[in-house]
Amino acid sequence: MSAVIDDHGHAGHDEHAHGPAKGLMRWVLTTNHKDIGTMYLWFSFSMFLLGGSFAMVIRAELFQPGLQIVEPAFFNQMTTMHGLIMVFGAVMPAFVGLANWMIPLMIGAPDMALPRMNNFSFWLLPAAFLMLVSTLFMAGGGPNFGWTFYAPLSTTYAPESVTFFIFAIHLMGISSIMGAINVIATILNLRAPGMTLMKMPLFVWTWLITAFLLIAVMPVLAGCVTMMLMDIHFGTSFFSAAGGGDPVLFQHVFWFFGHPEVYIMILPAFGAVSSIIPTFSRKPLFGYTSMVYAVAAIAFLSFIVWAHHMFVVGIPLVGELFFMYATMLIAVPTGVKVFNWVSTMWQGSLTFETPMLFAVAFVILFSIGGFSGLMLAIAPADFQYHDTYFVVAHFHYVLVPGAIFGIFASAYYWLPKWTGHMYDETLGKLHFWLSFVGMNMTFFPMHFVGLAGMPRRVPDYNLQFADFNMVSSIGAFLFGTTQIFFLFIVIKTIRGGEPAPAKPWDGADGLEWTIPSPAPYHTFTTPPEVK
Amino acid sequence: MNESRSIKRLVIRLLLMAVVMFAFGFALVPLYDVMCKAFGINGKTAGQYEGSQVVDPSRQVRVQFLSTNAVDMVWDFYPKTAEVQVNPGAVTQVLFVAQNTSNHAMTAQAVPSISPAEAASYFHKTECFCFTQQMLQPGERIEMPVRFIVDRDMPADVKHLTVSYTLFDITARMPPVAHVAKNGG
Repeated sequence: MSAVIDDHGHAGHDEHAHGPAKGLMRWVLTTNHKDIGTMYLWFSFSMFLLGGSFAMVIRAELFQPGLQIVEPAFFNQMTTMHGLIMVFGAVMPAFVGLANWMIPLMIGAPDMALPRMNNFSFWLLPAAFLMLVSTLFMAGGGPNFGWTFYAPLSTTYAPESVTFFIFAIHLMGISSIMGAINVIATILNLRAPGMTLMKMPLFVWTWLITAFLLIAVMPVLAGCVTMMLMDIHFGTSFFSAAGGGDPVLFQHVFWFFGHPEVYIMILPAFGAVSSIIPTFSRKPLFGYTSMVYAVAAIAFLSFIVWAHHMFVVGIPLVGELFFMYATMLIAVPTGVKVFNWVSTMWQGSLTFETPMLFAVAFVILFSIGGFSGLMLAIAPADFQYHDTYFVVAHFHYVLVPGAIFGIFASAYYWLPKWTGHMYDETLGKLHFWLSFVGMNMTFFPMHFVGLAGMPRRVPDYNLQFADFNMVSSIGAFLFGTTQIFFLFIVIKTIRGGEPAPAKPWDGADGLEWTIPSPAPYHTFTTPPEVK
Repeated sequence: MNESRSIKRLVIRLLLMAVVMFAFGFALVPLYDVMCKAFGINGKTAGQYEGSQVVDPSRQVRVQFLSTNAVDMVWDFYPKTAEVQVNPGAVTQVLFVAQNTSNHAMTAQAVPSISPAEAASYFHKTECFCFTQQMLQPGERIEMPVRFIVDRDMPADVKHLTVSYTLFDITARMPPVAHVAKNGG
């Protein structure tokens, strides 16, 4: 596996081994998985900065109690847009970008199975987000009903721009579904000879399962916003009690999508971390098979726990109990994964390069988020925690050090392969430590203010929460600024740096390290043999 | 090429799966109604009750009535009796008053909700103004009856029921009169 395969050695392939087209049209028309992966990653990073700047507005307003900087109406638009952009614009496209880049390299495929569709699913995203962000400049403002857009806030009481929001969600959904179809078709059809399913790297496995989740739930979200559209414009009453509908129905439909969605945002990170930890522990992954089954179990359970988001709407006691126990059951496969990562590190020859730092922080901090999730799963306790900052702390602990740190770890891990240069290790470590401190400073105090009763989505709060909020805000400014530093590190790596060998990490394993760095424009045009 | 054929077949299946899940999203709507009716959850009550029950003199339940106007609803709308003590099994009638205070004819629909929700399936309405729509001329006032039976089998720990009606202005979405009546409350 360690031998470098030189694709350019064969004269017969010369007319196929052309490089990228020149100029701007290269990016518009490209069907190359690496180009599209790069575009996904840049798009997601720009959305990350945009959504992050909205978070800065939120934290600036919450720096002190009272209303200082923005109107409450605009504050609501900021919380809503922050959530929508981070979920649909930053985290999901980043994973699709990683999938585009890495899945063909990991399974020995020349490209994705459906390259033209790949191009289309990327280019839908800028259109969707242009439409979504443009609502902020419309009369009446952008979406202000929270990223969960509960009816009737998002129907009867919505700003006029809600229709643009609905179509933006439709476009994102179509893009995600096409991306997912592409991933499945690639994994199931284009694996190199000898690459059996149970030999696939876990990143490929987690993405295969994620893609099925996407195909199962993105259409439900599309149905949900379609019902909203019909309620708003065509006089139906899906969510309006006046016509025999029910707003609680909205929550059921939304969370049937919404809960699998949170696993869509974390499973690929599980996969990436499962590649990174063995590399820097210089040991094979502990319990590969159990990891695969654990991911499948988590994916299955994600479909039967949605009502734990709705414990307070008045579901019957049996329902509360069912959803409570089903939710707690998820801790079992998740625990299997965490213990496997720890066992992989156990007695390994550990080194802590930047990807490993992010991966270890991922394991520790994601577990904290998992524990607060278990607390929230306890139905009677949830009545106290519901809609408080404790919930905000919980889901930021699983999304920031979970999904985002997973993406950072992947980026540092594969940057040498993408750019052909090593990133600056000192700067990378600095980025990690600033992110780590900033992130914990921002979100850890939220547990305390939440338990003390501070409601979420408020521009003003009781004086007793002032100190913790100021700490949170300072942490948020630190974390936010640090991400611009990450941009600097990436640009620096692209422009130069120590040349990266084909396999820059001595403990790494996998087909992607058998090709030169930077990865040639076309790879694996003749499939490699996997023993 | 064999490979592209199998990709095509797979893509068609996956697309089909997406379409089925889109339809499933809409199927959740009737499914939800069926579940709510079947389990009496969410405070939703069933339609008209046809049966009758033997009175249980050993037990009394407090039934409280609330009325709410939906947003932009201008009518006066209130229960004539704020609360009653009833024996399970007995038929009780209370009156609600509605008056159209606007200067044009309006149609309204009342939607009931029972709290606590687990008692909803034990609250039977033999007659209710929520089964039909109310059309009132400007200034017109009516008294509307609700006749109900609290089920003898209602769990003993429920000693207090709240019956809440929300009145919606449906003048704009008028025509199919029978439609809403069928959904009954």
